[in-house]
Amino acid sequence: MSLGPHADFIVAAYAVALAVVIGLVAWVVLDYSEQRRVLGDLEERGARRRSRRQ
Amino acid sequence: MALIDLANPTRFLDLVRRVLPWLIAATVIAFAIGLTMAMNAPDDYQQGATVKIMFLHVPAAWLAMLCWALMSVAALGTLVWRHPLADVAGKAAAPIGAALTFTCLVTGSLWGRPMWGTYWVWDARLTSVLVLFLLYLGVLALYWTAEDPNRGARAAAVLVLVGAINLPIIKFSVDWWNTLHQGESIFRAGGPEIDPTILRPLFAMALAFLLLFVTLHLAAMRNEILRRRVRTMQMMQAQTA
Amino acid sequence: MTAFNALLMRDIRLTMRAGGGALMGALFFLIVVTLVPFALGPDLALLGRIGPSILWLGALLASLLALDRLFTSDFEDGSLDVLLTGSLPLELAVTAKALAHWLTTGLPLVIVAPVLGLLLNIEGGAMDAVALTLLAGTPALTFIGLIGAALSVTLRRGGLLLAVLVMPLTVPVLIFGVSATNAAVSGPVPFGPPFTILCALSLMSLVIGPFAAATALRQGLE
Repeated sequence: MSLGPHADFIVAAYAVALAVVIGLVAWVVLDYSEQRRVLGDLEERGARRRSRRQ
Repeated sequence: MALIDLANPTRFLDLVRRVLPWLIAATVIAFAIGLTMAMNAPDDYQQGATVKIMFLHVPAAWLAMLCWALMSVAALGTLVWRHPLADVAGKAAAPIGAALTFTCLVTGSLWGRPMWGTYWVWDARLTSVLVLFLLYLGVLALYWTAEDPNRGARAAAVLVLVGAINLPIIKFSVDWWNTLHQGESIFRAGGPEIDPTILRPLFAMALAFLLLFVTLHLAAMRNEILRRRVRTMQMMQAQTA
Repeated sequence: MTAFNALLMRDIRLTMRAGGGALMGALFFLIVVTLVPFALGPDLALLGRIGPSILWLGALLASLLALDRLFTSDFEDGSLDVLLTGSLPLELAVTAKALAHWLTTGLPLVIVAPVLGLLLNIEGGAMDAVALTLLAGTPALTFIGLIGAALSVTLRRGGLLLAVLVMPLTVPVLIFGVSATNAAVSGPVPFGPPFTILCALSLMSLVIGPFAAATALRQGLE
């Protein structure tokens, strides 16, 4: 596969798209572990969810 | 499962937990197939190998518009039906839509440099996408500045709906203002004009982007539900403490 | 309609009395237009060519920035709650407020535009076109901006947020306002079609603006 005279631009475009996708995935994954961590802390300290309140 | 059942966040989280691994696998496979097809696609006789940028640029543009459509439905859900999941869906979609629009703009610009000789031309379609990007940023700005998430969601819903009404008008006026870009070449009367050897990888990549979007959106919705749960628990703790 | 008229007159009187509200927009417009030659250089030929666009941009900024406090003072003194619960439909109430705002801010811009046109070396015939398009187009700016004003008051934020939200939506108005003017000055397109579309945009925003703003206020302030 040859990319012709404009290979730089094609590679750059794919690199940007990859960077954006990695950024989105990282945002989702890190956000998830952060929320799980805070939620775990809260439950450890005895906080209850509204629906489970007696 | 009816839409009303999903109003229960716990049930929705269960569904996400069951579906997400399959979606991730499907996305990875779809990208593997799509990228292979894109790499093996023949060069365009005019644009050479740069036509490969189209396999990113066009699906990103489609998904960016689809995302606004999804946000509009979610906005109706927020304002009319007060569906609790609609707020979450709208808020989770906005950053993904903005990122896709950004990808579309950057790849378009990198495509334009070898083809037109400059990174940016004020042609009709690029300009419409730029305005779409600004609208996405406006919605994000609303979410960021709102102290109360519910109030922010409703404000953003109004803006999204106004944007949905305005986007066709913006598209029309920008077309009127300047048309330098090539005309509409895929969806038009008389069938697509692009050769099937280019079109097939394009649709494969579009499917891969669609799966990626659905996966990211569901995962982001899950995060948003957890974030709200954390918020209510913290508030309750502050009350009892 | 008496409640509508009463609200309209109240808002006009408030703006006229409090700190020369009507003049402030026109003053801002004058300053923007004065700054342009400092940025571009005093080339009268160039200024004459781009003058209509400068006037349009200046009018857009002046009318949007002045919208910032449209609902804020009513929110602070509680009269917004009266409007929300009053007998007059909220859509009509916000229309009255926007109309009052246009009469005290938009209309002065249209009136001073020909004078500023002299500074920018715009000739007589072109100046008529600019004034006419501004007269037809500034209501659209006010009614689109109305949505932003309603959104920012529900979030207790103002200033730049309003401009960020609203400016992308004003792109069509700017496009057709400027191209109608250019059509009148240099052609080749006739003046009619872009001007008619500009009027259509104004009428559309007259409908969409109040409904969206009323929804934003109802949803945001409950």
